[in-house]
Amino acid sequence: MSIDDGSRPERPSNSSANRSRPDAADASGFVNAVDDRGDTKVALAGSGLAPGKASTVNPLSRLISHPLFGLVVVVLAIALPFINSSAYTIRISTDALIFVMLAVGLNIVVGYCGLLDLGYAAFFAIGAYTAGVLTTTFGWPVIATIPFVVVAAVIGGVLIGGPTLRLRSDYLAIVTLGFGEIVRITANNLDFTGGPNGVFGIPDFGDFGLRADIATYWVVTVVVGLAVLASARLGRGRLGRAWRFVREDEDAAEAMGIHTYQVKFAAYVTGAIFGGLAGVLFAVHQTAISPPSFNFLYSALILMAVVLGGMGSTPGVVVGAIVIALLPELLRGAENWRYLVFGVLLIVVMIFRPQGIWPHRVGEKPAKARRKRVVEDEPEVIP
Amino acid sequence: MDFEYLLQLILNGLFVGSFYGLVALGYSMVYGIIKLLNFAHGDIYMLGAFSGYTLLTIGAGVIGGQASIAVLVVIMLIAMVLTGTVGLILERVAYRPLRGAPRLSVLITAVGASFALEYGIAVSFGPNPRVYPVRLGNEAFTIFGARLTYAQLAMMLIAVALMIGLDQAVRRTRSGRAMRAISQDPKACLLMGINVDSVITRTFFIGSALAGAAGVMSGAYYGKIDFLMGFIIGLKAFTAAVIGGIGNLRGAVLGAIVLGLLESFGTAWLGSEWRDVFAFGFLILFLTVRPTGLLGERVTERV
Repeated sequence: MSIDDGSRPERPSNSSANRSRPDAADASGFVNAVDDRGDTKVALAGSGLAPGKASTVNPLSRLISHPLFGLVVVVLAIALPFINSSAYTIRISTDALIFVMLAVGLNIVVGYCGLLDLGYAAFFAIGAYTAGVLTTTFGWPVIATIPFVVVAAVIGGVLIGGPTLRLRSDYLAIVTLGFGEIVRITANNLDFTGGPNGVFGIPDFGDFGLRADIATYWVVTVVVGLAVLASARLGRGRLGRAWRFVREDEDAAEAMGIHTYQVKFAAYVTGAIFGGLAGVLFAVHQTAISPPSFNFLYSALILMAVVLGGMGSTPGVVVGAIVIALLPELLRGAENWRYLVFGVLLIVVMIFRPQGIWPHRVGEKPAKARRKRVVEDEPEVIP
Repeated sequence: MDFEYLLQLILNGLFVGSFYGLVALGYSMVYGIIKLLNFAHGDIYMLGAFSGYTLLTIGAGVIGGQASIAVLVVIMLIAMVLTGTVGLILERVAYRPLRGAPRLSVLITAVGASFALEYGIAVSFGPNPRVYPVRLGNEAFTIFGARLTYAQLAMMLIAVALMIGLDQAVRRTRSGRAMRAISQDPKACLLMGINVDSVITRTFFIGSALAGAAGVMSGAYYGKIDFLMGFIIGLKAFTAAVIGGIGNLRGAVLGAIVLGLLESFGTAWLGSEWRDVFAFGFLILFLTVRPTGLLGERVTERV
């Protein structure tokens, strides 16, 4: 019985009275069950899993979800220095790739598992600062810092996720927002992080006999490529299915024997590790880091890439991240207008196109039987 | 630590706490009724400060350089109506279409709304901080050796008056009863013939108006406003609401006072650069130890 369809807003059979119903706090029994399920379900925000949506997939989204598309992008990314090797191109491309890694990491938390993280830049900062401090103060090579970055990111994830993932998802959103500020202010106040000046003189991975920025670019390309692949594979595996199940309906997932707390925790910590590793790349690429790089605006931009690209869809998120990262280069001088448009766009996308601008179908196709069942159940659903 | 210093810290805490309280009330009201975390609420506060600024700039010739509390109250009332209207429009345009949608979508919409308000102001007023055209008098009096300016006292009184007014409205009036009813069971309210939509609209109006009042007062008191000023206070107000027990109005005020005092003592102890870290760290600690807050109701949801 799919009572979870009860409060899906696009259903034409629901009267306006039914649509306007806010979620019940202390309603009892069946009514409450219908309500709460409706709220924990994030299917609409996800991909084309909603019945009848699959046919609306447009040619563009079919293009980006084609297997060859990924290959073409990878080849283009690797070949870029041969096409245009100006320092400017390499710099903004490296930035865009690091942003892709962040977006893919956040996609695990927000897109797969449906947990809103508004302080993702905190993990980015933790990674960048751990790498920065270890390389400059202690003179370690960058590679050696990576285990410590992972450990630091995991500790951050446990500190924040541990207490809050047991609560309603709203709390996670605001606590992560606070955490983002805590990390930034702490980095600004402490001495060993360089205070407001930050850390500078971070070494690179080595130049392998190439021009230094191109060598860094290629290292970044490889790492980001692997990260994208890993996140896509994770989303398709057993854990990924559990994440999606938790996102769609947490109570049903729990009833099916999924330990929702552990699963959410896994998503959050995985996202943290991705963020931390992206931070290492950022520190190496920039060679200098300072607290203002990790403000709320940055977290919001990453979220925007995930939302616009389509939550839960790896190709969509990659495209979204590249667009968001390269847009400021095209629209120089219109910073505030850009953010205003982003804000409005977030609202518009959530209202009219919650599956993202380029919707992408994930794995399972909506089966015919399932669609039929939903229709059959409908009379039961209307309270 | 001598007694005067202690009293001064308490007074500072109460003063800051009264601002937090006004903003936290709106947070808590909206959350109590539709379980929506209105991220844009802090930006409504910022909007209040900017509408006060605009009104004062327009009326600067009439008022002169020194604002009396009476003029400020009038300006505050106009700004309250303005911000209340913005809150109402926000609810109508951004939140109502998503009522019943997954929680994640609503949260993301709220982030979008916050962004749109912040950068809307940045576009129209410019990104640089603005200075309030009037300054409040600096005369102070001392109680037991602790210093309090008349302006501070007046603002605290205004805040307390607004809070008591709201409390009475929610507890005594018909529409207040409707609000409490909706926070308990919206569907039953619908069946009982309560116009749920209009009550929610009213809630947004009142909450935003209170935040607007706090915005005008802080603008007049601190003298400098900028388009990101609502971000931190929104977080603090949420912290206050959580400490008191979110959804509970008296709890929100209590939480705001507790947070104000904590910050005041924390600043004295650790230094002002750690003030925000201290407050948010406390939020995380509080959620770990007692997520229902001091006066809170149930937080975790069970089907």
